[in-house]
Amino acid sequence: MGKIANETLLQKLTDKFGEQVAQTGADYGLLTVETNKEVITDVLTFLKTDAALQFIFLTDLTAIHYPDQEKQIGVIYHLHSLTTNTRIRIKVFLTLDDLHIPTASTIWDGANWMERETYDFFGVIFDGHPDLRRILNVDDMTVFPMRKEFPLEDPNRIDKKDYFFGR
Amino acid sequence: MQNHPVYTDNDPQTEYSTLNLGPTHPATHGVFQNVLQMDGERIVSGVSTIGYIHRAFEKIAEHRPFYQITPLTDRLNYCSSPINNMGWHMTVEKLLNIQTPKRVDYMRVIIMELARIADHIICNGVLGVDTGAFTGFLYMMEHREEIYEIYEEICGSRLTTNIGRIGGFERNFNKIAFDKIRKFLVRFPPVLREFEALFNRNRIFVDRTKGVAAVTAEQALSYSWSGPILRATGVDYDVRAMEPYSSYEDFDFEVPVGENGDVYNRFLVRNEEMWQSLRIIEQALNKIEKEPTDIFHADVPAFYLPPKEEVYNNMEALIYHFKIVMGEVDTPTAEVYHAVEGANGELGFYLVNDGGRSPYRLHFRRPSFINYQMYAPMSKGMLLSDAIINMSSLNVIAGELDA
Repeated sequence: MGKIANETLLQKLTDKFGEQVAQTGADYGLLTVETNKEVITDVLTFLKTDAALQFIFLTDLTAIHYPDQEKQIGVIYHLHSLTTNTRIRIKVFLTLDDLHIPTASTIWDGANWMERETYDFFGVIFDGHPDLRRILNVDDMTVFPMRKEFPLEDPNRIDKKDYFFGR
Repeated sequence: MQNHPVYTDNDPQTEYSTLNLGPTHPATHGVFQNVLQMDGERIVSGVSTIGYIHRAFEKIAEHRPFYQITPLTDRLNYCSSPINNMGWHMTVEKLLNIQTPKRVDYMRVIIMELARIADHIICNGVLGVDTGAFTGFLYMMEHREEIYEIYEEICGSRLTTNIGRIGGFERNFNKIAFDKIRKFLVRFPPVLREFEALFNRNRIFVDRTKGVAAVTAEQALSYSWSGPILRATGVDYDVRAMEPYSSYEDFDFEVPVGENGDVYNRFLVRNEEMWQSLRIIEQALNKIEKEPTDIFHADVPAFYLPPKEEVYNNMEALIYHFKIVMGEVDTPTAEVYHAVEGANGELGFYLVNDGGRSPYRLHFRRPSFINYQMYAPMSKGMLLSDAIINMSSLNVIAGELDA
C-alpha cells in the first residue's frame, strides 16, 4: 500500500470527528492536526484500528510549553502507519490549571514511559496511567524543568557574574 | 522456553528476596538499576530505575545554536555517535531545505554504516561474554579499533566524534581514510565469518539464547520497539528502507528479519546487518569514485562556516563567519521530525523552531529509552542469568536511555 495522502487522511478524521479535529499545518509533508482531550483517546484508537489507516506504531509522545498562549502546554503524539508508511502528528493543548489528559498507555504499552517522561518534565497528568511517577529526575523534585520559566542554570549562583571578571 | 510455575507478587507461601541489579554492575554494561524480587534464581517481578546519568540535553539544546547541539548528540548512543551526528545534521538540513550533494550523502552513508558495525560488534561481542565466551569479543574488538582509526582520520576523535557539519563535512576524506576503509573491508569479513562460525551453531550459545526472552511482533509493536530487536520478531521496519535519507535509495541492501524475537534471533539479525553494512559501504565507495572529488559540503554559506584562512582575506567569508557565529541567520518557523535508523532503533529528532538561533524545543526519540521499558515486565518468570543476556541483546546504551 502506498502512502496515504494528507487530504485523504484529514478527510477521514473530519468525517469521523467533525470540527473536533482540525489541521494546523503540514510542515515538510507531515500532517499535523489539533484535537482536544475529550476525544483524544477516540482519535488515537480510530487511527490505530481503522483498517485503511492502521497507525499501529506510536513513534513518540512528548510535550511543549508556550508561555504566551492561553493553553500553554501542548501534548504531541507522533504516529506511524507501517503498512502505508504514513506519519501523522497530533497535538492537544492544555491550560496550566487543568493539565489532565487521558492516558494512551491503554492503547499502546509503549506510551507508559513516554508519558512518565512527559509528566516528569512538563507536569502533564495522564489520567488512567498505571504508574505516573517521575522517571529521569529525582523523585523529590518539585518543579517541571522543561517548562520555559525554569532557568537553565541556578539563578542564585554568583560565581559567573560579570563583575568578577571586570566587566 | 521451558515451562515454569507462575508466581504472583502476593503469594503468602513464598518469601522473596530482593536483589538490586545495578546501578553499577559489571554484567549490566552501563548504569542500569533494576530492583528484582527473586524466588531463588527466578525473577518474580522487577522495577527499573533510570535517570542516573540524565544530563538534560533537551533543556541545554534550547539554549544553543544548531551547530553546537551536535556534540550533545554524540553523548546519546556513544557506541555509534556518527549516526546521531548525521541524524541531527539532516534534521537541520530538512528544516532549512538544504540539498546535499550526492558525494556528501555517500560519505555520510559510509560513516553511518561503519558506526553501525562498530555498535553491533560491541553488542554481539558482549552477548558472547555474558554467555561465557570471551574470545569473540576480543577478536572483534580489534576491528572496532580499526573503525575508530577511520573516525580519527576523518574527524580527529574516536568516541564522541562530532563528525560533520550542517551541510556536509568539515573537511574532505583524505587518502589515508579511504585506504583504511578499503583495508577494513578486506580485513573484517573473514573475522566476522569466523565470529559467526564460533557462535551461530555453538551448542552452549544456542542453548543459552534460543527461546530466551522471546517477544512476539504484536508485543514489540505495542511497546514501540524499533531496530534490530523489532526486526528479530519478524517486522521488516527499517527507516533506511522505508523513508530513505542520505540517498539510501541508491543502495542495494536487504533488511534481515528474524522470526521468534528471542535473544538468538537478535544476535543473528545483528550479524546479518553487519554483512549488509559492508555491502553498502562497498557500493558507496564505488559510487564516490564517480563523483567530483573536491565536494564535501553543500553550498550553503549562510550555515556552513567558511575556511578560516578565507575569513581573514575574503569579505563574504568574514560576513558569513560573523553571521553564523553571532546567530544572525534567519531560519524558518517550522516543525520537523526526522528519523534515522540508529544502531538500536529509530532515532528521531523532533525540532520545533521559532526562527531563532536555537531550537524552541528539541525532543530526541531515543530508541534505547523506548526499547528498555519492556525489560522489567518481560523479565517476569525469567532466570536471572537469562535476564542478563536479555539486557545485553537489547543493546540499551545508558547515555541514550537517560539523555
